[in-house]
Amino acid sequence: MSTEVLEPAGPSKGTITLVHLYPREMSIYGDRGNTHALASRIRRHGYTAEVVLHDPGDDFRHDAHLFMGGGGQDSGQARVEADLGAVGPTLQAMARDGVPMLVICGMYQLFGNSFHTVTGQVLPGLGILDVTTRGNDRRMIGPVCLETEYGRVVGYENHSGSTVLGEGQQPFGRVLSGHGNNGEDGLEGARTLNVIGTYLHGPLLPANPMVSDALIAVAAERATGRPFEPEPMSDPLADEARERQVRRLIGHR
Amino acid sequence: MLRTAAAVVAGKTARALARRRGGGSAFPGLVAERIQPRILRRSLSCVRGGIVVVSGTNGKTTTTKMLVAVLRAHGRSVFTNPTGSNFTRGVLSEMLPQLPLSGRLVSDMVVVELDEAHAMRFIDEVPPTHALLLNVARDQLDRFAEIDHTAALLARLGAASTEGVVANADDPFIARAADAVDVPVRWFGLDASIADRLPELTEHDARFDDEPVTRQYGPGDARLRPVDERVFDIVFDDVTVGPVTLRQRGLAAMINATAATTTARMLLGEAFDAATAATALAAVQPPFGRGEVIIVDGQPLELVLVKNPAGFGVALSTYGTTPVATMIAINDNDADGRDVSWLYDVSFASLRERGVAVTSGMRAYDMALRLHYDDVHTGQVVPDLDTALDAFTAGHPDEPKRIFCTYTAMMALRRTLAARHGLAQFGEDGPQ
Repeated sequence: MSTEVLEPAGPSKGTITLVHLYPREMSIYGDRGNTHALASRIRRHGYTAEVVLHDPGDDFRHDAHLFMGGGGQDSGQARVEADLGAVGPTLQAMARDGVPMLVICGMYQLFGNSFHTVTGQVLPGLGILDVTTRGNDRRMIGPVCLETEYGRVVGYENHSGSTVLGEGQQPFGRVLSGHGNNGEDGLEGARTLNVIGTYLHGPLLPANPMVSDALIAVAAERATGRPFEPEPMSDPLADEARERQVRRLIGHR
Repeated sequence: MLRTAAAVVAGKTARALARRRGGGSAFPGLVAERIQPRILRRSLSCVRGGIVVVSGTNGKTTTTKMLVAVLRAHGRSVFTNPTGSNFTRGVLSEMLPQLPLSGRLVSDMVVVELDEAHAMRFIDEVPPTHALLLNVARDQLDRFAEIDHTAALLARLGAASTEGVVANADDPFIARAADAVDVPVRWFGLDASIADRLPELTEHDARFDDEPVTRQYGPGDARLRPVDERVFDIVFDDVTVGPVTLRQRGLAAMINATAATTTARMLLGEAFDAATAATALAAVQPPFGRGEVIIVDGQPLELVLVKNPAGFGVALSTYGTTPVATMIAINDNDADGRDVSWLYDVSFASLRERGVAVTSGMRAYDMALRLHYDDVHTGQVVPDLDTALDAFTAGHPDEPKRIFCTYTAMMALRRTLAARHGLAQFGEDGPQ
């Protein structure tokens, strides 16, 4: 485990503990950029960011306010299986309690009910999100644009798993361009309470700071016991990067 | 026989037409292949001195150029594919003008650079005598999907080689692949004295679980031992090649030279001469876009191709030591890799002091945003490449400049620079 404390420029409004789950094994497509973006934004909002990198076998931080987990190769997933099994019940309880979590691609699948491999094996997941994933011969790759409750979100998907939401499970967004969960139902990702699962790399958060703010708002409240006190800020580079992708992918709709 | 002759003629014609139109390099090969599907195998059937496939994520083009130069300096005739076109049909297309109607290439040796996927197609047609396995890093994962998969392809290439494998001792994926082959293996790597510089060449996050292996270097194996930033020796157990000063800078180029020299010695055997090799390496011009220097208004402008986290990291540590005005151009066409997520696996902290003058390309804003997260200031964001180039050169008239660029951004910038400053054409070398 390694921990880094990043102080805001001015007086701190409180400390938000952010845990990146398995950064070595599960962050193959720049997913660490999400942790980077969260930590940087926590500071800009005037809070102290305590960034914890959780490796397999480390003591689990039960007091964390925010979790991030990324995508990995099959070999990476195999390496985290045992640890995830051990910390799973705690993560489930924290998710039920409203702790914000962002899980991408491989970790999104592991947060679901189960994964059915091409060869017919069934691997159980944590069941935090009511989704089921089946291995697929077809890989879903390419840029994505979604309509979400946070506004339009852009990213890049690269997955062979085909995910289906359980009855009543909310998606993260609706696909405007790209494949989404399975290439068929027009839905992408899943959201339950403050847990967001999605296939979107990009990485997701730097270009979509409104999603960061939604996660940080909940984390700040849990960390301080007071409502989130955001600093006003503008994101001209992120907005331009995102809006250009939106225009490329869906035109001026 | 007649069929082969027809294929050769059709291919030559297609090539002449394609070149007149300034067109693609795969098409003539395709034409010839349609008529004689076995043409590649047939064309290489009389090559006696070795058929070498150079593969790996980073350094293929530079290493291939160096290996060919060393072999030619030893008096061997060598066929090689044009710089950067590392696919099977490109090899065939390039061969067509040299093919007699018998379809059999007259050449002592063949050295081709192929990416991992195309290497598989090549070995299905022609078993190479030797494979040079450079490294495995994350590259264009939207194409190869997973690094483990890439490593498995290189292992197959090694296993398909009939006479020998040359392998990077410092890359755990490559070392595992080479340990499994039945043919003789020659190793290259860093000398123990600079083992601490390995992180400049590899991505460590993908290497967990791998205990550092201390490999015993035997006869025919070579270690890189730098003398200073520019000068180095390539040390065999019985002879030293060097001191060598390359025209290209950086540790990555030095390790490529070590790989090329190890391979040349394996191929040449007793005929290998250390002084000849050293002289040949020193004369190799950097391939285009790999630290190529263009003089613009009296000041050097370096074009540095970047295509994956390991390569960008190496480029920044190689070139970052001499601060110059910097531009970064990122496109996301297929040839660049469509996913730009990897930019977040590169640390740009070394650019913090001077900042970046201009970001450009289709993902100019994403690049500026990435720099922002590393507290690197961006002067201007100009998506159009030519406009950006003008702004960059006009804004820094009196100092050396450097452009880090993805593949298609580099091709476009190079075209513009060529029109203005008379550069060598794609795939060809400038006047020596």
